[in-house]
Amino acid sequence: MADAVTARDASDVEAAVQWALAENKALEIIGQGTKQRLGRPAQSDATLNLSGLTGITLYEPEELVLSAKAGTPLAEIDALLAASAQELAFEPMDYGPLLGLAAGAGTIGGVLAANLSGPRRIKAGAARDHFLGACAVSGRGETFKTGGRVVKNVTGYDLCKLLAGSWGTLAAMTDVTLKTLPRAETEATLVLLDLDNAAAMKAMAAAMSSSCDVSAAAHLPKNVAVRVSDSVPATRAITAFRLEGVAPSVVHRQSALQALTRPFGAQDMLNAAQSRALWRAVRDVTPFAANGPAGEHLIWRISTAPTKGAELAQRILAASDAEIMFDWAGGLLWVAIAACDDARASLVRRAVEVCGGHATLVRAPAALRATVAVFEPQQPGLAALTKRVKQSFDPQGVLGPGRMWAGV
Amino acid sequence: MSVKMPVLDQRTLARRDDIVRALRAIVPGEGVIAHEREMRPYESDGLTAYRQLPMVVVLPDTTQQVSRVLAYCHANEIKVVPRGAGTSLSGGALPLGDGVLLGMAKFNRVREIDFDNRVVVVEPGVTNLAVTRAVEHAGFYYAPDPSSQIACTIGGNIAENSGGVHCLKYGMTTNNVLGCEIVLMTGEIIRLGGKHLDAGGYDLLGIVTGSEGLLGVVTEVTVRILKKPETARAILLGFASSVDGGDCVARIIGAGIIPGGMEMMDRPAIHAVEEFVHAGYPLDVEALLIVEIDGPQAECDHLIERVSDIAKSCRATTSRVSASEEERLLFWAGRKAAFPAVGRVSPDYYCMDGTIPRAKLPLVLQRMGEMSEKYGLAVANVFHAGDGNLHPLILYDANNPGELERAEDFGSDILRLCVEVGGVLTGEHGVGVEKRDLMPAMFSEIDLNQQQRLKCSFDEKGLLNPGKVFPTLHRCAELGRMHIRAGKVPFPDIPRF
Repeated sequence: MADAVTARDASDVEAAVQWALAENKALEIIGQGTKQRLGRPAQSDATLNLSGLTGITLYEPEELVLSAKAGTPLAEIDALLAASAQELAFEPMDYGPLLGLAAGAGTIGGVLAANLSGPRRIKAGAARDHFLGACAVSGRGETFKTGGRVVKNVTGYDLCKLLAGSWGTLAAMTDVTLKTLPRAETEATLVLLDLDNAAAMKAMAAAMSSSCDVSAAAHLPKNVAVRVSDSVPATRAITAFRLEGVAPSVVHRQSALQALTRPFGAQDMLNAAQSRALWRAVRDVTPFAANGPAGEHLIWRISTAPTKGAELAQRILAASDAEIMFDWAGGLLWVAIAACDDARASLVRRAVEVCGGHATLVRAPAALRATVAVFEPQQPGLAALTKRVKQSFDPQGVLGPGRMWAGV
Repeated sequence: MSVKMPVLDQRTLARRDDIVRALRAIVPGEGVIAHEREMRPYESDGLTAYRQLPMVVVLPDTTQQVSRVLAYCHANEIKVVPRGAGTSLSGGALPLGDGVLLGMAKFNRVREIDFDNRVVVVEPGVTNLAVTRAVEHAGFYYAPDPSSQIACTIGGNIAENSGGVHCLKYGMTTNNVLGCEIVLMTGEIIRLGGKHLDAGGYDLLGIVTGSEGLLGVVTEVTVRILKKPETARAILLGFASSVDGGDCVARIIGAGIIPGGMEMMDRPAIHAVEEFVHAGYPLDVEALLIVEIDGPQAECDHLIERVSDIAKSCRATTSRVSASEEERLLFWAGRKAAFPAVGRVSPDYYCMDGTIPRAKLPLVLQRMGEMSEKYGLAVANVFHAGDGNLHPLILYDANNPGELERAEDFGSDILRLCVEVGGVLTGEHGVGVEKRDLMPAMFSEIDLNQQQRLKCSFDEKGLLNPGKVFPTLHRCAELGRMHIRAGKVPFPDIPRF
């Protein structure tokens, strides 16, 4: 059992990293530990727990800015923002249901370290796009800051982009600042029924190319759609489009989108409550939840060009009995594959190589995550650059070594 | 020139003829410029107070040529400064006397327009506006719109992470770029991103964007395009004080409204503009605000009415909603002509670019007024009010001895003030050489060293655009040294379980 170190404040974090350097130990940086099952299994001597670094230190709704200590629960931030009718517009997904953990947990530091986003990614961006500033302790045991508290800032390198999605392997964030945005007054969702994957991609491309300002577009084939039965007609494939904004605008765009997508066949409308339920399910990939019918399946997450979604899916479906759902107008595929020894990695990697993009094995037993590449393998030049970037922050490899790639 | 640049490498200069010959072997024909007269156009960028002839200018037109030029310069320890259209306002493309000026203007083709994926693939020398021009027939546009968009290139936009007046709603360059091909100083060609979202590993695209040409040379860019909003309406608001104007901005956002654009001008700027453009701006106000709402007609009408109500409650003394597209454009014509308008009333002006928390605007304007008296130089302000990006224009006359230096000192004081109130040194123009020596006002040595270590991972010899952004140049080996404080760590104090 690895040691666990719980930091009380930012100076503890610095001290812990310096200890690791002096003792030649490796640390796994965690918040509430909700994503420890994602990535290559830890090769660390101790966990450095930041969940004690809590508290929202600044929130100015009219400036659209919030600062918090990295271990602050996301739920606490969501609640405070909601009270001012604001939100984190990138709609961070909750990996809990997929990874077999309670829903609603996790810290803001974890949200950023995993660069989370949700269905609104296609319109509003990911965590990276809302991450304004940070204080962090590098693998050199030095506390540095980057960015600021204003949205428009080009002073020095934008290290926030690098910290977002680095899974705690470059630095341990202690304080973070994010852009907040008003939440939409209302929403509605238009659903097209019975489309196959290829037709759904065409419908989504048409909707996204319109001025209807669609804030989310997903396609759930019939076998997946049945598992979100509480919000939609359960037994048919659904292709869903979310419209958000002030009521008169949503009404107007709804009729425009209905007219535009009429050639694609049968339609249905979801009201605001149904819409919220559906997109929560899509965001958290609940059709593949660990406690559901696909709970034993291995899960791949694939990002590709939206028009390549159907082709990429077909390449996988032709050689396996996978279940696949599509978000991001076809550009995000969640692939559930029956448990097996190789996670069908060569099949998935080959499909991604042909269609473009990247794949991550997000749910698999630890033994499998140790043998199959979890993150997208890189070309030699990019791999070497990645390693140099890692070393520029963490020359001794004390922060989550091997979490993303073996030897990095 | 008051900024110190790296010492000229005499060994390189002594080999100049050989270097020119070697470069001509890589880039044939007119692609290598070595005559002083022909290099003259490259001696400065948009920050014209700084001038320096490069050792030689190279204008490659293929990625392979870029790669070979860089590999050659890397092997021979020759510095390289990349340049797009040369519109940088911070001296980012200022040449080095012992360096190669790598002009990317020949990379001017739109390689692919992909409406179904809503992306365009362009070469870096394509101008910002040309991207929109290439797709507007189908109702699309490229959102970031820096005011130099007619001339500035996408490659330069990547280097500077350029913004524009629509940033608050549509983001800056970094939020609108999906992929790029870059060539490292070693000549290695690396592809980052593509038509898909997010990185499969570290977000190196996010780092390259805004790196001011210090990490690599961009040879291809994939940008996201958006469908044009159905319509747009603007409202012109005048206020008796900047406090009222600032209050109105805060309340609009507080009401959950994110305008497509929200621009403010102070009295000197309003007067200069009105005299020049006759946009119908009120002359009896201290602050003028243009708020533009875009989207479907129903949304614009609904929100403009709410903005109008908010403005009333904020004591607006003028409130005019654009009744036609012509009138909307007229409102903007004034704002867009603000820089040349100020140029008409003063022999020279120095454009600053800080960002502040919006609420600090009245304080910053007041302090700036005091500085204006101290330095004996007038200042006019235009302000991207939505995102807090302030452009003070300092009026001076370069023919009066000492005025340029006074203007620069005044500007530095303004930027220090921006940092003091919680803002930053630059919102969209970049650090370059202009703000390089102010970086310690915002960052500690540790902060800056970490940034330079990242630079080392891309350019270990420090040959790409040295002398920009960082006030002190360190050797990478020196930066890489570790000082481990064994035994001094208060680790036992930390709870363990």
